[in-house]
Amino acid sequence: MTISADHTARDRAAQDRRLPDQDEDLHVEGPVAEAVRKFGITVEDYLLPARHQIQMVDQDGNLKPHSEQGTEPGHEYPLPGDEELLAAYEQLVVGRRVNDQNSALVRQGRMAVYPSSHGQEACQVAAALCLSEGDWMFPTYRDSVAVMARGVDPVQTMTLFRGDWHSGYNPAEHKVGIQCTPLTTQLLHAVGVAHAAKLRGEDTVVLAMCGDGATSEGDFHEALNFAAVFHLPVVFFVQNNQYAISVPLAHQSVAPSLAHKAVGYGMAGERVDGNDVVALLAVLDRAVKLAREGSGPLLVEAHTYRMQAHTNADDATRYRQDSEVAQWVARDPLTRMRTYLAGKGLLDDDAESRISEKAEAVAAQLRNGLSEDVPVDPQDLFKYVYSTPTPQLKEQSALLADELEREASAGGSTNTGAAK
Amino acid sequence: MSPTVTTSSEANGNVSSATARAAASAAATAAATGPQAVTMAKALNTAMVDAMHADKSVLVFGEDVGTLGGVFRITDGLTKTFGEQRCFDTPLAESGIVGMAVGMAINGMRPVVEMQFDAFAYPAFEQIVSHVAKMHNRTKGALKLPMVIRVPYAGGIGGVEHHCDSSESYYAHTAGLKVFTPATVADGYRMLREAIDSDDPVMFMEPKKLYWSKDLVDLEALRNEHEANIERGTSTEGRAAVARTGTDATLIAYGPSVPTALAAAAAAEEEGRSLEVIDVRSIVPFDDETVCASVRKTGRAVVIAEAHGFASVSSEIVARVQERCFHYLAAPIRRVTGFDVPYPAPKLEHYYLPGVDRILDAVDDLQWED
Repeated sequence: MTISADHTARDRAAQDRRLPDQDEDLHVEGPVAEAVRKFGITVEDYLLPARHQIQMVDQDGNLKPHSEQGTEPGHEYPLPGDEELLAAYEQLVVGRRVNDQNSALVRQGRMAVYPSSHGQEACQVAAALCLSEGDWMFPTYRDSVAVMARGVDPVQTMTLFRGDWHSGYNPAEHKVGIQCTPLTTQLLHAVGVAHAAKLRGEDTVVLAMCGDGATSEGDFHEALNFAAVFHLPVVFFVQNNQYAISVPLAHQSVAPSLAHKAVGYGMAGERVDGNDVVALLAVLDRAVKLAREGSGPLLVEAHTYRMQAHTNADDATRYRQDSEVAQWVARDPLTRMRTYLAGKGLLDDDAESRISEKAEAVAAQLRNGLSEDVPVDPQDLFKYVYSTPTPQLKEQSALLADELEREASAGGSTNTGAAK
Repeated sequence: MSPTVTTSSEANGNVSSATARAAASAAATAAATGPQAVTMAKALNTAMVDAMHADKSVLVFGEDVGTLGGVFRITDGLTKTFGEQRCFDTPLAESGIVGMAVGMAINGMRPVVEMQFDAFAYPAFEQIVSHVAKMHNRTKGALKLPMVIRVPYAGGIGGVEHHCDSSESYYAHTAGLKVFTPATVADGYRMLREAIDSDDPVMFMEPKKLYWSKDLVDLEALRNEHEANIERGTSTEGRAAVARTGTDATLIAYGPSVPTALAAAAAAEEEGRSLEVIDVRSIVPFDDETVCASVRKTGRAVVIAEAHGFASVSSEIVARVQERCFHYLAAPIRRVTGFDVPYPAPKLEHYYLPGVDRILDAVDDLQWED
């Protein structure tokens, strides 16, 4: 049976819906076969993303009629509850404030660099909210808002970008992997964490995050394949923000969509409007639920946009037009959700001011925390290379200590901050 | 060097392994006793069996390691003994194997993974350098990665290209990795047990030409020695060994070059020259103490390694010995290494590999007439 993204071919196939046990060429078993039987659709129709991305609230903040949400048999997504939506909105407001505060701190020279997720906050928030307490998340460098939304202290989260150490939080304590810079390498760590949990019989789900450019990396392929072969509860969450620094998606992949890549691994994929937090929660909640129930891994692609440059060191005007950016302003995840919730009567002035107070409190925490001149200990260089320092590191540590002692006794200033 | 050795409890997890270890000791008691002719392959295999009995978080995986028992049969029988959850085949992707092991180690396991051949480990290089080596450092000690990457390495077996690389220098150059390489059957057992017990990641470089070399070894005695070391908090980790005592010059070698150095020392003895042979064992951490004690005693040294000499472990050893033993040296330290060429085709490898004659020529050059 040919697996094709061509809709005409798929429509033809749909007319000739075959169950897996009727087709000798298909080697499908377990939950996929079960789902296919349950929904009476073909394996391709189950594994391939729905024909259209899932969108529940349009860019003007209106709930779309169910028939226009992009759902199909086997791709059904119930509307999340009011409580979850309000929590998501609160995190959206906080996330936007965090992004803008951090960018300001970089401009003020109080932070070395900040890859902002401005415009992608719906993805960030949904990634955190879809997980349960025992679940793990493996974020990238652009996912600071998601890390904070998972409960990691904002100032600890920003330690990486302030420059006093590579990570300021304990990944094991929060079940949040260290924010990863080498693209997609962390997806394999997610796979390993899920594998260990599965071997121990735990019901942990792991959310593995990456961007559109990262899907070109070899580890993307290896991680998806390993997760599928070992049938692990990993939800791969691709934030397709259209650019890998300057390179547009068209130069990364000519697949019909990134979610279509899932089928090659025998995995289900789905596309979702990445600026619609309602749809994101619906799709990710279901993906996490299916993974926990033993469906194996899933791939979710969120269609979103990086509103700002890659980092403060980047100049986005060199590779994209302002008019393109302007189109995405109209699709802003925050304003859309505000309109929707207000229209639903879930958001009044009191709630709005409570939420913005919370956002301001987090911003103040970041300003205060990152303004603090935290002394660094040069001896930390040697402490965390091995569990026990090697004789060579002990020698080098003594050398540096001696150097600093001589500098201090000579009254000279040091360039290492050790005199503090 | 610290005498402390960790027990095989999980570094990041919380499962007690005391019961499992007791069971392993019981199993060990039933085994054959007394020294027997044992291959390096058997010693390595037994080390994994014992470690898996001792600690249920120890897992073995890689390419062909399950049903087949590995292309060198080092994992023979593990799947049968421990089941497919403890020893299993993975898809054919080295970065995937190592990257997944990182995640497993984060989540309470002690993975022991096999890279099928030295040169096939290169796809995993990014995972090894950017994550395996650095995770403990990046997280300021919050995460440990107790994992072992076993690499059959080096030549001398007539292997075709990409099957005979001496890749130890790449790993030794990477801070955060330990790099062990056994040269004897007993060390095959001893060092692999210590590598698996280590809370730090270990690149375990297995000289493939020595897999079928045999020594008279008492595996049960080694097992007991390991248990006793754990109880006493002692270890041979990070220590070089004096493989042969001598007085005139020191041959410093590791892994596949140790038997060659020993053969050279035996030949030199016939010519009336007494050579000491140091088996480095642990490239990282490096045992300056043992190596330098020997060189200070003999005043002359030759470093022997199969890897290309340029910017290699052998260069590092020369630099370290020169820095520490300069005033004891009667002659410049010489090196006998592989030439700075890609590993040659089988019919050419004997020109490339350090041999007894080339070592003896280097020894002859150590300014004896001065």
